[in-house]
Amino acid sequence: MHPKVLPYVLLLPATLFLLVFFVYPFVQIALLAFTGAEGFTLQHVQTMASHWKFKAALGWTLLLAAVVVPIQLMLALSMATIVSKLESGRSSILYIFSIPLGLSDLASGIIWLAIFEQSGFLNSLLVGLGIIERPILFLGYQNVWVIFAAVVIAEAWRATAIVMVILVSGMGLIPKEYYEAAEVFGAGPWKRFVKITLPLLRPSLQTALILRTLLAFEVFAVVITLGGTTLPVLMGETFQWQFALQDRHVASAYAMVILAISIAATLFYLWALRVPKGAKI
Amino acid sequence: MAEIVIKKVAKSFGGFHALHSIDLTIADQEFMVLLGASGCGKTTLLRIIAGLETPSQGEVWIGGRRVDGLPPRERGIAMVFQNYAVFPHLTVFENIAFGLRMKKLPRQEIERRVTRTAELMHIEQLLKRYSGQLSGGQRQRVAVARALAMEPDVILMDEPLSNLDALLRLEMRAELKGVLAASKTTTIYVTHDQVEAMSLADRISVMNAGKIVQAARPVEVYRNPAARFVGSFIGNPPMNFIPAKRAGDGKWQVAGVALDGPQASRDRLEFAIRPEDVTVGAEGIPATVRVVEPLGVHTLLTCEVEGALFRAVVESDLAVTPGDTLRLAPKPDRVRWFDPESGMAV
Repeated sequence: MHPKVLPYVLLLPATLFLLVFFVYPFVQIALLAFTGAEGFTLQHVQTMASHWKFKAALGWTLLLAAVVVPIQLMLALSMATIVSKLESGRSSILYIFSIPLGLSDLASGIIWLAIFEQSGFLNSLLVGLGIIERPILFLGYQNVWVIFAAVVIAEAWRATAIVMVILVSGMGLIPKEYYEAAEVFGAGPWKRFVKITLPLLRPSLQTALILRTLLAFEVFAVVITLGGTTLPVLMGETFQWQFALQDRHVASAYAMVILAISIAATLFYLWALRVPKGAKI
Repeated sequence: MAEIVIKKVAKSFGGFHALHSIDLTIADQEFMVLLGASGCGKTTLLRIIAGLETPSQGEVWIGGRRVDGLPPRERGIAMVFQNYAVFPHLTVFENIAFGLRMKKLPRQEIERRVTRTAELMHIEQLLKRYSGQLSGGQRQRVAVARALAMEPDVILMDEPLSNLDALLRLEMRAELKGVLAASKTTTIYVTHDQVEAMSLADRISVMNAGKIVQAARPVEVYRNPAARFVGSFIGNPPMNFIPAKRAGDGKWQVAGVALDGPQASRDRLEFAIRPEDVTVGAEGIPATVRVVEPLGVHTLLTCEVEGALFRAVVESDLAVTPGDTLRLAPKPDRVRWFDPESGMAV
């Protein structure tokens, strides 16, 4: 076979897979969201936007991402820095840190529910220690901020490890000589982190942040388990419209909103963490 | 003033002794070259002076201040690394300015110093580029400029020219010598290249197996090697060695010829002479010519003397062919003698 043709032939199965399982459903969803009986319409989008839960769902989703992702980034950066400095036992620690990655988000939602619910571990502990007299209803509908905090903790516990794994491999790519040069030329540990590690870690940071932010926009099972519908999020509303309200058009419109903010976030990260030409390691 | 004093510095990695109790004093503004084969400990010694490595024992003093407990940034040094370590994410300007910004110098001063050192190293047209857009030689210049911009008391250089091609190395060598002499800093320069060492150094410290074998001016190291190792390591081709037996009367028997030698208590010594210090004549050591290499300026002969190789540099108009037997007379004032057991000069 002609060597120039071969790569395209090898790419063919993957292309077909993408076309059938991603592009085709995507087109279907877009059609559902923007067409009605008489062709193109914005009616479903209007239905979605005028519903009282839409603004709340969009707001909570964005706020969750804005709180969870930076916390995860900072935790992962400090964990990755510690792990990278280890002389031995590095992979064992990486494996231990990554255990929550093996759980589904629903399972981890249930774990944290078992901790926070009225008869949960936290209440038992507090009562047992005599700090409170009887169990508190942490996750009640009046306490939306407590639910929010619980979701943040559960998400940070569940998905920080993936960020850390990406950052550890990124840190491994930075040659030691740059740190030595920075040290000789007057940079202390913090300056070395800010002036050498962070800028040279940009490609890994980009990958990790895009991945985490997109997954944060799709947060669903953890929120449902811990907060039911008290804390509405975009993915939860999509689910509601699709299965409870049986309106596939509005559900598709929600899906398009998630897609739009995902693309916006990705473009932002690509721009903000770009590495100028010639400035790569 | 930045005199560097190294007192009884030793370093071991696990069970391996990289450095054995090194004592060395480097005068203010001196250009000291640490010369040795790879694995001799020269880079370890430099890194200990820089503070990138902690000595297992001993003291390091720079400018009258004990520094072995201090981090590199508090030692008043600048360094040029073997792989340059030019930061890839910063422009050439920011690379040179890195240390100055860490020192929080005023903006005009940073600009003045970066511009001045960039001009000195002829890279003023590259200030806006990134390291990825530079050639190896240009990166080398950036690394040197970054060190010079600090106006340090001490510059440490770890094989700075070893990654350049031969022609560029020659050019940079001459340039470095000029620039560093003008900057009035104390310089410690690590290399395995003896030509580089000879041409740059005020003094050379020849190192072998974690020890300094000889620390002296280049000509002294060349003419009067303190040990057999120095004679065989420095000089291209290196010194010739022939076993010698006591012949009584202050004479020593060398390849069947009796030569004047030192008064030594031993029965056996080693006779040594540099290839260019023999003359072809009627008398002298009998040598069978094996290879003739005309090099233009002179001719290099590889001969056999008592079954061992013996190299001689002779005038290029000497008619000689392989198989000839010549008599090579050593210049008496250039003959050196070594103790075959300790390897030290007698």
